Amino acid sequence: MRLDGRLDWHDPRGFVRAVVKRSNEGARFCGLFASPGAGGTRLLAVLSHAGQLLTEATLVPEGAGGFPALTPAVPAAAWYEREIRDLFGLEPYGHPRTDPLVLPLRPGSPAPRPGSAKPAAPAELDTSPLPAHVQGEGVFTLSYGPVRSGVFESVEYLIETPGERIPHLRARVFYKHRGMEARFAGLSLADGTLLAERYEGVASVAHAIAYCSALESAAGAQAPPAAELLRVLHAELERVANHLDSVLRHTEGAGQAVANARIAIHKERLQRLRADLSGSRFGRGVVVPGGVAGPPLQGGDAVLGALGRLEKGIRGDLDLLMATPSFVDRLRGAGVVPPELARERAAVGPVGRASAQGEDLRSDRPYAAYARLGRVDVQERGSGDALARQYVRADEIVDAFHLSRQALDELEALGPQPAGGWSVDLGPVTGEALGWAEAPQGELLYLVSAEDGRLVRVKPRSASFHNLALFMAAFPTDIFTDFVFIEASFGLSIAGVAG
Amino acid sequence: MPWVTRGLREGIVTTPYPRHPDGYGRSFKGHVVCEEKATGTEVAAAAAACPTGAIEVGAGGARLDRGRCVLCGRCCEVAPGSFHFQPGFETAALARPALVVPGREPDDGEVARAREQLRRRVKALRRSVYLRHVDAGSDGSEEWELAALMGPIYDINRLGIFFTASPRHADVLLVTGVGTSGMLVPLRLTYDAMPSPKVVIAVGTDAVSGGLTGGTYASGKGVAAAVPVDVFVPGSPPSPFGILYGILLAVGLVGQAPRGGEARPAGAEAMEGKGVAP
Repeated sequence: MRLDGRLDWHDPRGFVRAVVKRSNEGARFCGLFASPGAGGTRLLAVLSHAGQLLTEATLVPEGAGGFPALTPAVPAAAWYEREIRDLFGLEPYGHPRTDPLVLPLRPGSPAPRPGSAKPAAPAELDTSPLPAHVQGEGVFTLSYGPVRSGVFESVEYLIETPGERIPHLRARVFYKHRGMEARFAGLSLADGTLLAERYEGVASVAHAIAYCSALESAAGAQAPPAAELLRVLHAELERVANHLDSVLRHTEGAGQAVANARIAIHKERLQRLRADLSGSRFGRGVVVPGGVAGPPLQGGDAVLGALGRLEKGIRGDLDLLMATPSFVDRLRGAGVVPPELARERAAVGPVGRASAQGEDLRSDRPYAAYARLGRVDVQERGSGDALARQYVRADEIVDAFHLSRQALDELEALGPQPAGGWSVDLGPVTGEALGWAEAPQGELLYLVSAEDGRLVRVKPRSASFHNLALFMAAFPTDIFTDFVFIEASFGLSIAGVAG
Repeated sequence: MPWVTRGLREGIVTTPYPRHPDGYGRSFKGHVVCEEKATGTEVAAAAAACPTGAIEVGAGGARLDRGRCVLCGRCCEVAPGSFHFQPGFETAALARPALVVPGREPDDGEVARAREQLRRRVKALRRSVYLRHVDAGSDGSEEWELAALMGPIYDINRLGIFFTASPRHADVLLVTGVGTSGMLVPLRLTYDAMPSPKVVIAVGTDAVSGGLTGGTYASGKGVAAAVPVDVFVPGSPPSPFGILYGILLAVGLVGQAPRGGEARPAGAEAMEGKGVAP
């Protein structure tokens, strides 16, 4: 969606009123993004309503110390405002909790302001422990991370507990903040794709699609049909891989050794199939601005056969797993996110769909070739527990295979030299646009602005960032040993949260 | 009960590597080969096109730093006469200069010293090896490839190699990611908590050099700034086989593959000496 010249500008108070009004009308809050510009910092709120993206904008003038916070009226904005406070040094006035999220700067250390012309100096961090929130007899804070037990991404969870129950949980995600938004500035469009693929590496394809489709909107171009089909194929294989990873973490936690081994075999075979198709086990290098790099390295019956065998194996094992009481019982009732809470926090992806928030960009704001491909119904679930999220993923795996097969069939029908080729030349793009994709974790947004073929500001917003804020609220009745299941059922990537 | 039969359904899926070669390891892009004395406008264009500045054009020809290469393949497209992909996964090296191709004499001396120094240090580790992983700012994909090593297909336990939660039990530290400002202290604390002798492996191009993502206000250019790295495993991300080779190289269970060439036969004799059935 192209943005230049199409923004509704408000003064800061009017901005809050406009966003709250949209929200009250039923729009889902998607994010709040800051961009440095002439005369100050622009804040852009993005909402989604009835298949449309809506935007509202305001300018925080140079010299102003902050802006009136949205969070008291729109709780889903909480993490966005904390992020803006860290990265731009602007105070969200009236925000209920402003401790640092992605970058705990020492007092006096300047905010990096990604997207501004001059590169930021190395950040000086203040990593001192946070004060406890919960008071009471025997309540203590258990700090879990950033170096955790096992092969995990680095994140610290502060569990405030009287023992066993988890009345309060906080996440400190700054440990692996890489300053990725600043890294985009000044890159060529092609280099930007490589960086987008590494923002949240397990969802490389979705990130490349969202980034490139933003550029294509800014250029007023569209990827050719064959490219749109190949994008679907790789995105759906990526979805299956991520969902299998979530299942793996569940089976490991539940001590289901055979199921764990079986799913690990399926996942490895899938990664190998992805490498057969693209040369990369993560589908990197496939998506380029304007289309895809070229035809799949393999095609035809060999790939269809491999897909068929994979699907049969995975479905058989998942069906049995979801009928194994010792597994299902661990998930039922764990980490409940009631539909009202999911709506208030604007949950996305499988987490949202398990709590009756059904939005899925592939059908609600279709991109690539999704509009013309048939879908298998993913049954919406409302119980909001880890089990519901697992059912949603199992359904989505079936759907993803169905989509992959159609994409492959249609690609075959187009032949080795498809009409329209594999990509279009975007030229030296100038402009600003929003791009999106339904990543395995949920709605992924890219705000991209370029000038004469160079990137000025790129702000990726991963579903992991959006949903991790909700994760903190998913422990009302749970105890320590449920943690692993609740974490696995959210299926988030910390790289995508920390940026 | 149904899981029991299902567990037997596949037969043996585990790779024969390192005792025997594994065909899959040769089926994808391993690293980029840079021809000797590569010069000319094409080569200069390839160097300019490299997103990580991994190609340096000097008087004696171009040299490519595999520790910075993210395998995007642009140089191979721009200057196909001088750069091409080579399959295989045995790309890890025992010294940072050994990742630069074509190699130079003084670098080879440094590599030999590093190998000898490491060999003496890891003598005690041959029977069983415990690994501790720390993410110092990865993109998340390296963790998937590390986790795959514990699955049935790679199954590193068969080689006497295990992941451990406690740094106190760990012999080898596997570090992923660029080395973010936030992780420098936790990484160093983990390293300090490990008993000696200990070995550090930088897993992935990000950890080796910062790759594409490093060098911002919050990220470094590799983890060597925080901990002394012994083995460098390039790749963005490296494959599970690539990581496994790095681990075996670190503890002396395989020899270093010659630069740019096919790997030497894996240390089958060492494996047999351990009585390990791969």
